[in-house]
Amino acid sequence: MILIKNSTKLFGIIVALLLFLVCIGMSIVFGYTNTSIHTAYEAFTQFNNSNEHLIIQNVRLPRALIAAAVGASLAMTGVLMQTLTKNPLASPDILGINAGAGLAVVLAVTFMHTASLQAFTWISFLGAGFAAIAVYVISSAGHDGLTPLKITLAGAAMAALFASFTQGILTANEAELEQVLFWLAGSVQGRKLELLIAVLPYLLIGWIAAIMIAPKMNVLAMGDDVAKGLGLKLGIVKIVVVVIVILLAGGSVAVAGPIGFIGIVIPHVARKLIGTDHRWLIPFAGLLGGILLLAADIGARYIIMPREVPVGVITAFIGTPSFVYIARKGFRN
Amino acid sequence: MSNYRGFRAFDGKVSFLFDKKAGKKIGILFILTALVFIISAGLGGMAINPLTVLHVFTGGGTDMERLVVLNFRLPRIIIALVAGMALAAAGGMLQGMIKNPLASPDIIGITAGAGAAVVGFLSIFSDKNHSLTVSIQWLPLAAFLGAILVGLTVYSLAWRNGVTPVRLVLIGIGISALMHAMMTLLMILGPIYRASEASIWTTGSVSKATWEQVWMILPWTALFLLIAFIYSRDVNIQELGEELAAGVGNAVQKNRLLLLLISTCLVAGAVAFAGGIGFIGLMAPHIARRLVGSSFGVLLPTSALIGGLLVMLADLLGRTLFSPIEVPAGVFTAAIGAPYFIYLLFRTKKR
Repeated sequence: MILIKNSTKLFGIIVALLLFLVCIGMSIVFGYTNTSIHTAYEAFTQFNNSNEHLIIQNVRLPRALIAAAVGASLAMTGVLMQTLTKNPLASPDILGINAGAGLAVVLAVTFMHTASLQAFTWISFLGAGFAAIAVYVISSAGHDGLTPLKITLAGAAMAALFASFTQGILTANEAELEQVLFWLAGSVQGRKLELLIAVLPYLLIGWIAAIMIAPKMNVLAMGDDVAKGLGLKLGIVKIVVVVIVILLAGGSVAVAGPIGFIGIVIPHVARKLIGTDHRWLIPFAGLLGGILLLAADIGARYIIMPREVPVGVITAFIGTPSFVYIARKGFRN
Repeated sequence: MSNYRGFRAFDGKVSFLFDKKAGKKIGILFILTALVFIISAGLGGMAINPLTVLHVFTGGGTDMERLVVLNFRLPRIIIALVAGMALAAAGGMLQGMIKNPLASPDIIGITAGAGAAVVGFLSIFSDKNHSLTVSIQWLPLAAFLGAILVGLTVYSLAWRNGVTPVRLVLIGIGISALMHAMMTLLMILGPIYRASEASIWTTGSVSKATWEQVWMILPWTALFLLIAFIYSRDVNIQELGEELAAGVGNAVQKNRLLLLLISTCLVAGAVAFAGGIGFIGLMAPHIARRLVGSSFGVLLPTSALIGGLLVMLADLLGRTLFSPIEVPAGVFTAAIGAPYFIYLLFRTKKR
């Protein structure tokens, strides 16, 4: 923990917020069609239908906002899941939630020819919810209850199952492969603003609920027995946390596809900086998550220009080293 | 002790304890596998009587029957059988070594490593005319390199005053996620027709099998199955746990690396030709353990036979159930494997 006093923590959050806003700005300005801050400003104040203004309004802005929202949601989900399962490696992708949502979407596209945004969102939630509950229930079974190793293994196996079903469906109708492939890799490119607006209510509820439940998370982090002794209604709190996780993870995956590793990396970085008090940790992790995804997305535009790398691939490359580091450090048994 | 018969060779450097009861079960499994093999060769778009299939094997039958059985069906059935055997044997070794019943080559990332290498190979070495610029014969080498590279990476990253099974599994899961990201990247960078090919391949399918491939996978797998069999007593000792194994004079860490290498080689061969068929390495050893117990000398052949049987059946279902659409065998193995995995997690309750 680097930021110890409350005043420095507040300062840390303000710096993160500023950086977050700067990243949104950079995401709007930089890209294949390079624009300046000035043009970006003009695009909103005196729109003149020029190519650059159109790009900024219709392509860059949605993209920046989606990256910010998705990054923040995933990082908060990671914090909640890690405290809930007492597993430093818990995150929506490792525990199979992303894969579950992915399978649900592919199923819907293939068998029901779903095209409406609203349906898309609900299906993604359904998949995420089903996967989250399945993994949680499965790994809680057994006399030793929910151990960190068990939930990781159960998650990995469920993810493998969902992934192979997704692949199987896609191979059966190759026509859909191309359009779904990019979504499956996780990307914030080419998403319309309406898609974000469709899930924004759920994300907003998730963010507010996550911040509100922070004091209870502090108690939960002390372990089930202590938390019970301190008068925490364990069952209710856990259910609420699972619901928040489903809202945030399901919403993110509906917009951007399964983007991995943000939910693992950011909570750890945030904890290193600001400590384990969830009242600070959850908003701080949210901001850092947004910054990371925005930065990764800007990077995604430049690596193989003029084409783009799906941002999910970039986060995986950034995330794996930290995953390995945590796995080496985190489990001493 | 009349149930067992000892066997020693090379001054006791190689030794086995033959379990007569298990021997019978292995015999029954062998016959069952042979039956499924023959029936499977007869089923498909053109149904052929199993007796006629036998007749074709011995050189008879009409030209049409010979063409269908020998050229179309036999290669894929053999590859399904051999790949299943290899994956199951590798899974059995890993489970014994990691002492976790849920470990398998797909979970610790070896399969994904081979997969990424194959997808990379397909997209790097293909030109605009939809053909490969280098011989497809190099494909297994690529798979092998990918598998071995990931195997060693996982192993060395898990090393910290020795390798503990838990770290090996966790780091395997992380690296496996990275390899999946690599696969997606390569599929998107490569030409799109390769993407669909690669996609079928990552699910695990033997639909493109040829005799050439059979002659590559067969000796490779046979060799490493034999090596695995010779090392079976080391697996048994590893299963006792680190302290006991070291206590009876086993070089625990050295053998862990060795066993990991053998299982990697087995997986690489299977993945190179049959793709990422999942859950076999998890399921088959468990079923085998139920049948014959956990002594690796008998567990290895039993689990190999069950693995081969499962993949053959999965492929048979895949090509007949929704005909003319072919469903990759990996979909069926996952469909049986995942519920089985859940059952395993539940079952630990009773212990």
